[in-house]
Amino acid sequence: MKPIIRVENLTHTYGQDTPFCRSAVDGVSLDIMEGEFLGIIGHTGSGKSTLIQHLNGLLRPTSGTIYLDGRDIWADPKKIRDVRFQVGLVFQYPEYQLFEETVYKDISFGPKNMGLSEQEIDRRVRDAAAFVGLDEGLLDKSPFELSGGQKRRVAIAGVIAMEPRVLILDEPSAGLDPAGRRSLLENIRSYHRQKGTTVVMVSHSMDEVAENVDRIIVLADAGVVMSGTPHEVFSRAEELVAVGLNVPQVTRVAMELRRRGVEIDPAVYTVAELRKALSALKGGKASC
Amino acid sequence: MLKDITLGQFFPGTSLAHRLDPRTKILLTVIYIVALFCAESFVSYGLMVALLITGVKVSGVAPKALVKGLKPVIFIICFTAVLNLFYTPGEILVQFWVLKITKEGIFTAFFMALRISMLIMGTFLLTYTTSPIALTDGLESLLGPLKKIKVPVHELSMMMSIALRFIPTLIEETDKIMSAQRARGADFESGNLLDRAKALVPILVPLFISAFRRADELAVAMECRCYHGGQGRTKLHVLHYQAKDYLVMAAYAAILAAVLILARFGL
Repeated sequence: MKPIIRVENLTHTYGQDTPFCRSAVDGVSLDIMEGEFLGIIGHTGSGKSTLIQHLNGLLRPTSGTIYLDGRDIWADPKKIRDVRFQVGLVFQYPEYQLFEETVYKDISFGPKNMGLSEQEIDRRVRDAAAFVGLDEGLLDKSPFELSGGQKRRVAIAGVIAMEPRVLILDEPSAGLDPAGRRSLLENIRSYHRQKGTTVVMVSHSMDEVAENVDRIIVLADAGVVMSGTPHEVFSRAEELVAVGLNVPQVTRVAMELRRRGVEIDPAVYTVAELRKALSALKGGKASC
Repeated sequence: MLKDITLGQFFPGTSLAHRLDPRTKILLTVIYIVALFCAESFVSYGLMVALLITGVKVSGVAPKALVKGLKPVIFIICFTAVLNLFYTPGEILVQFWVLKITKEGIFTAFFMALRISMLIMGTFLLTYTTSPIALTDGLESLLGPLKKIKVPVHELSMMMSIALRFIPTLIEETDKIMSAQRARGADFESGNLLDRAKALVPILVPLFISAFRRADELAVAMECRCYHGGQGRTKLHVLHYQAKDYLVMAAYAAILAAVLILARFGL
């Protein structure tokens, strides 16, 4: 796999030359691989949101470089809009950006800005709506008549309709009820599976990330502190706790068992894994 | 870019200027403005400049912040100065086609520019050293007598403080919405006037909706805490004039008198 986005030594300072000067991202380097499902976790104020706004050129680095396919995205500032079409960014609470009269028109805002043909726009809108699980019948309704969860889906479809090569979602499930959360994450997973595009999900919920992603990057205090597969990251659960993050509930159970002297792999992070580990343990005990 | 707006900004502090009663500060600002418009000579302007500098020194506000406040009105200042420069009759110094510069014109232009700049810096000094809450409290108290003729003073000052309170929130919100629409390829910087006006729709619609939602939530939250207007409402911090308030007011009154007397003798 080759990196589709490479971040080199990125630093972003807010309010430079004022007493409020503060680095939200400080010397971050990372690679995002083509086709992977990447999770970025970090507590509030760890620089997650600032980092991802650099990936599609909404923010300009104070220093450092962002490469898309090996090309510096700021090499020609006039072409930054093309970068935004290739790297789709869904903000936190994206339902607050809806503005059109109908759901259909709102989803087509992005593709229209790309200058696509009427036919192509129509196909993309219907595809995107299907991916996020919106009923065809909703397309002619006003987005303001929908429920909170449906609005969120419309807003996500608005970015998916641009068919970006990288889809970045900032806390896509924040504020949804458990059922809505599950079904939205399932939609995102199947989007990743079917389209094979790169997906980056930003979250502070460990359980959510653990169940979905191939690789995790942990941010704390404006820098990367850990990176690896969920198994690698959660085997260092104590360090995660030290930087103020929660570990998945299942991992917490395993940690506690280990602390009490039970020989168990501390890096289990799904219910199925824990069950396997526990039954193996039980089998061992039965023999003595 | 949007974050540079300093309207109604307040810099917390503990200087004498911060500790004065807000009513005193509002009155002083009024006196200051009146004196500024009565000043006509170098001596009286010198007095006013000295007063402003003393005010800035006492308040501990960075002079840079005051000058920054002038930025949005720099055009108006220049425009006024240029008009006065060419259209004041008097002793002609330079003549060029229909344009003529007179000695009086130079003076008037200079004083006009100085007057407007000082007017703005003086009022900024008030908002920089007074929290929006203290400001509306002071205003409400000063306008109190108008209640007798059925002016809804309390409601007006409440509206003003809510408006001031939500300026930063709305700016932040606008920034967020703009970023979100940019991420979908919205373009706010290019195209002709009509294109640009149209490009504002994706910002204004969500902004209005969220402003109404906020207003609704705020109204409910206020009602939950039994807010029902100014009737019988008491204050946590009751305003009291103190010795320093009277002292500063006396000093200002003396300066106003001096400026008026100077103007009388044509100085």
